[in-house]
Amino acid sequence: MSEAFLNIIFLMLLPGLIWLALYNLLPMYGVLMAFKDFNPGLGLFKSEWIGLDNFEYMFQLDDSKVIFKNTIVIALFKMLGNLIVPFVFALMLNEVKNRLFTRSVQTIVYLPHFLSWVIIAGIMLDIFSYSGPINQVLSLFGAEPMLFFANPTLFPWMVVFSDIWKEFGFAAIIFFAALTSINPEMYEAAAIDGASQFKRLTRITLPSILPVAVLLGTLSLGNILNAGFDQIFNLYNPTVYSTGDIIDTWVYRAGLIDMQYGLATAVGLLKSVVGLVLISVSYTLAYRFANYRIF
Amino acid sequence: MVEDRSAVARLFNGVNKVLLIVITLLCILPVWYTLVISLSDRAAVAGGDVFFWPQGLTFNSYATIIEDGQFFKSFFISVERVVLGAIIAFFVVLLMAYPLSKTAKEFKPRNILMWLLIFCMLFSGGLVPWYMTMKSLGMINNIWGLVLGGGLPVFNVILVMNFFRNLPKEMEESALIDGAGPWRILFGIFLPLSTPVMATILVFTIVGHWNEFFQALVLMTKNENYPLQSYIRQVTIVLNPAKIDAESAKRLATMSNQTLNAAKIFISMLPLLMIYPFFQKYFVKGITLGSVKG
Repeated sequence: MSEAFLNIIFLMLLPGLIWLALYNLLPMYGVLMAFKDFNPGLGLFKSEWIGLDNFEYMFQLDDSKVIFKNTIVIALFKMLGNLIVPFVFALMLNEVKNRLFTRSVQTIVYLPHFLSWVIIAGIMLDIFSYSGPINQVLSLFGAEPMLFFANPTLFPWMVVFSDIWKEFGFAAIIFFAALTSINPEMYEAAAIDGASQFKRLTRITLPSILPVAVLLGTLSLGNILNAGFDQIFNLYNPTVYSTGDIIDTWVYRAGLIDMQYGLATAVGLLKSVVGLVLISVSYTLAYRFANYRIF
Repeated sequence: MVEDRSAVARLFNGVNKVLLIVITLLCILPVWYTLVISLSDRAAVAGGDVFFWPQGLTFNSYATIIEDGQFFKSFFISVERVVLGAIIAFFVVLLMAYPLSKTAKEFKPRNILMWLLIFCMLFSGGLVPWYMTMKSLGMINNIWGLVLGGGLPVFNVILVMNFFRNLPKEMEESALIDGAGPWRILFGIFLPLSTPVMATILVFTIVGHWNEFFQALVLMTKNENYPLQSYIRQVTIVLNPAKIDAESAKRLATMSNQTLNAAKIFISMLPLLMIYPFFQKYFVKGITLGSVKG
């Protein structure tokens, strides 16, 4: 490559690099706030260093145990559900040979993924409201009306199930792709040898897409601290903080509502660092065992 | 494919199809229910008589929205955000992906830049430092805060870069011999071949900007500057009776305007529902473009 060519392609990078510097890198400098007694009047640079005081304080708070536990529990159940449900769904749809049927089903189940959590939460809160259709149906069976999103026991389940409802169709796309790459001759050969439909499912289809499921499961390990801010922020309320408050929602309230800048930054930083380590581990595993890389 | 015609297989296929239809209905019914509520009479909805078909069909809610100045203001802020965001992301990602698709031999800083990008994709300073930075950059009550605030879409850069790397090398080599410069190669050869991947990132960018509500909540101090999703959140979720105790829930349910809120929710979904059939084929392709096959 000539000198002139290299200069031009460097120029091409500039807009992106400026964007990256101002909106991705500059905020990272702000993590110093976690180690300082931040005083907005003095600014970040002149505020006093306090070492790990914010972190010590965080570990003394009862809140922090609750939010870490809630985050991990919700994220874990979402990871499992969002792996198993799309997997089973893809297998079920794969058994249907009518193209019009499969195409229509796919079009409809992908849709919820593209609606925002604001919209979905608005709809969910209506459907599960005190006088909403779900409670009406339950009352036919003599059940007392329940406040699904204001009940600490039910809330985490509502979060997990509504997330699976929204995402399973879209998550199944990757399994559909894996299913179409199975060589059809294998099925034909098996049928000629007298294998039933069930045998073909368990002996050909399952082993062919199981590696994809394992890979996706490994990659999702990095999300163990992401319980879904957008969703919970729109669905929760103070009565379910004990089981529904997660790290991200807590950081929002502590940092931007109560203005405990240092503490909120410290909690956020801890989450970011742990997340980075987990993602690196899961990507390394995926690379080692499945030769998966992102670039 | 060879069909299994045994009785067991036929029973299985029948049950399977019924289950799939039920699952599919579960995905679309909430959207349908919202439309039905928005077209129903207020009293019938408050009385809990409306399920799958509008009761006392009326377009009152939609007529009310037409007179709601803030709804339209927010709608157009969202449109502005989507248009600016999509154009900027399209060109920045395209321009960035080309140099990075070179090997480290051809373009020395390539690998260092890649690691920098990956780091920025996986690690962030967190909410509070982000807010402080946005404040010092003058992004409060500023549409550019919404357009640029999410940072460089690193994942999209990687997606397009991987696509470029999988194009046959010979095309670029022969163009170079013919004396074409980088601009010519990128816009004359690479871009026309990249319709699937560029359409994919456009779809994701448009949907992302349309649906984003939180940045606006933090950056906009006045409700009149809210984009549509943040506005909808304000009217349907912050004041939702389902979030309070049973007593006030009953009281609020009769006061809150459920049909009007449903109409607002439905209109905010409409743009997506309308373009959805056209972009479906692109995101299906795009999601499988994501990785390099080793």
